[in-house]
Amino acid sequence: MTSEAAIAVTGLRKSYGDHLVLDGIDLDVTTGTIFSLLGPNGAGKTTAVQILSTLIGADAGDVRVAGHDLAREPDAVRAAIGVTGQFSAVDNLLTGEENLILMADLHHLGKREGRRKTAELLERFDLADAARKPATTYSGGMRRRLDLAMGLVGDPAIVFLDEPTTGLDPRARHTMWQIVRDLVAGGVTIFLTTQYLDEADELADRIAVLDQGRLVAEGTPEQLKRRVPGGHLRLRFADARGLESATQTLGHATGDDDALTLKVPSDGSLRSLKALLDRLDDESIEVEELTVHTPDLDDVFFALTGHPTADEEKVTVR
Amino acid sequence: MSTITLALTDSATMLRRNLRHAVRYPSVTMIVAGIPVIFLLLFVYVFGDTLGAGLGGPVAGSDDYVNYVAPGILLLGVAGAAQGTAISVAMDMNEGIIARFRTMAISRASVLTGHVLGSMVQTIVGIAVVVGVALLVGFRPTAGPLEWLAVIGLLTLLIFALTWLSVALGLVARNVESASNLPMPLILLPFLGSGFVPTDSMATGLRWFAEYQPFTPIMETLRGLLLGTSIGNDGVVAVGWCVGIALVSYLWAKKLYNRDPSR
Ligand SMILES: Nc1ncnc2c1ncn2[C@@H]1O[C@H](COP(=O)(O)OP(=O)(O)OP(=O)(O)O)[C@@H](O)[C@H]1O
Ligand SMILES: [Mg+2]
Repeated sequence: MTSEAAIAVTGLRKSYGDHLVLDGIDLDVTTGTIFSLLGPNGAGKTTAVQILSTLIGADAGDVRVAGHDLAREPDAVRAAIGVTGQFSAVDNLLTGEENLILMADLHHLGKREGRRKTAELLERFDLADAARKPATTYSGGMRRRLDLAMGLVGDPAIVFLDEPTTGLDPRARHTMWQIVRDLVAGGVTIFLTTQYLDEADELADRIAVLDQGRLVAEGTPEQLKRRVPGGHLRLRFADARGLESATQTLGHATGDDDALTLKVPSDGSLRSLKALLDRLDDESIEVEELTVHTPDLDDVFFALTGHPTADEEKVTVR
Repeated sequence: MSTITLALTDSATMLRRNLRHAVRYPSVTMIVAGIPVIFLLLFVYVFGDTLGAGLGGPVAGSDDYVNYVAPGILLLGVAGAAQGTAISVAMDMNEGIIARFRTMAISRASVLTGHVLGSMVQTIVGIAVVVGVALLVGFRPTAGPLEWLAVIGLLTLLIFALTWLSVALGLVARNVESASNLPMPLILLPFLGSGFVPTDSMATGLRWFAEYQPFTPIMETLRGLLLGTSIGNDGVVAVGWCVGIALVSYLWAKKLYNRDPSR
């Protein structure tokens, strides 16, 4: 085979003391695609990225990155990757421009090429105006972009992004998504971690779901979503009588007497929504409020692991 | 690129980074020069007459005491600078950028050599200021050009050794508080040696320590070079100490930096 996988992992294990953080992970990331590792807080995403990017050692497992064995040729791996960790990795005492020039120097680009690359990245990541300001003065979104830009100075073939949009506002988030798409269009392989199903759905060619150090599912976004039945409508009524008659009319629904709400399974399409409202209308049942819930990470987790995400106590009351 | 040129280029890049930090946040350099200058003025103008008289012999009074105390003050400056280095290394190691460096194909030791060279420049500038102030308050060395060269050489070697030691201490500390505490004994060494009073005047146990600790032969050598007192074998012992400390500290620092950050 001519095209080897960008990242190939078998049996990866890592513990901190007695705490088993990665419990035998197998992964294959095809060159030129976006692979997303999806999981809640503490699942082991950062640990996986830190191992794959040579920052920390694994306890067991075979890992090849860019065709090189991670344990035997760490420098060859390092030369092929760019890393944007979960926590900011910029030099706060330097300006944005100086940070990029530092990276250019460490990649031995030469003075002229280093300056050109720096100017290009500042422009591309919308940092040109802030180029001469110290990184400490940057906003969260600017800092994240600088962080990513620094990882790209060496034109890496594989880019690791650990929760690139956590803490960003919706606009900054979309900017980041566009940057990721542009990178892949340029032939780069992306390994991305996220806590958000919509982000993985939006970007990834393949998603692996990590839960307490184990992969509980792996596939394309469509394959995963098919396994998640979680979409539903929530109807709220003015009084118990409304709730009661709606429950009788709609059959397959679960009601909450205290909140006066009813949860109805739905694919969220306009047509099914209209059909539902028509039926309530025929019975002259007044609905106070209607909300549409598409499956989120909680639903994925519930469906795949049988327990809700560890940190949030967002258990649906029946 | 060969390993050697790679190491040199990356170390130069890291040195630029550290010097930029030093210029932008000059407080460390100021402490390096400030503390010994304060001690110098204190010892010359406050204690000088009494201590100078107590020395007896050829030196008597504060005018001569400044000559006696200058080498000790210089070493105090070098030791204080070591504390500054340990603190800035410990602070830097907590920065995310270090994790980034570890995932890059750069010469691994360059992060440390950048710190060592940067701190050495800072310390040398600070010590030069201290020498300048000492000359202003009456320090009158008799050294010729050759002796001055030897003084500069020995001080640079000492600064090199103690900077590697403090880089190792900064790495082993893991937080800023212990990084500032660990080098404390170094600051006491000039006092517990021949820096401020001759060792003959000390109690037996202390005298034994004072005569065998590394700073005493270094101070005696500096005194000999600057003021023409006899050096004997102190010169060889001084250089030996510096080389030994540098070598052990370098290996220790490298080992500490290369340990897996997750363990
Ligand atoms: N240096 C460490 N020492 C001890 N335990 C650690 C260390 N780093 C991580 N862990 C533990 O390993 C587990 C996985 O952590 P990791 O940071 O990989 O999770 P994550 O999926 O990235 O979570 P998050 O979404 O919060 O970033 C957690 O239980 C964490 O407490
Ligand atoms: Mg994480």
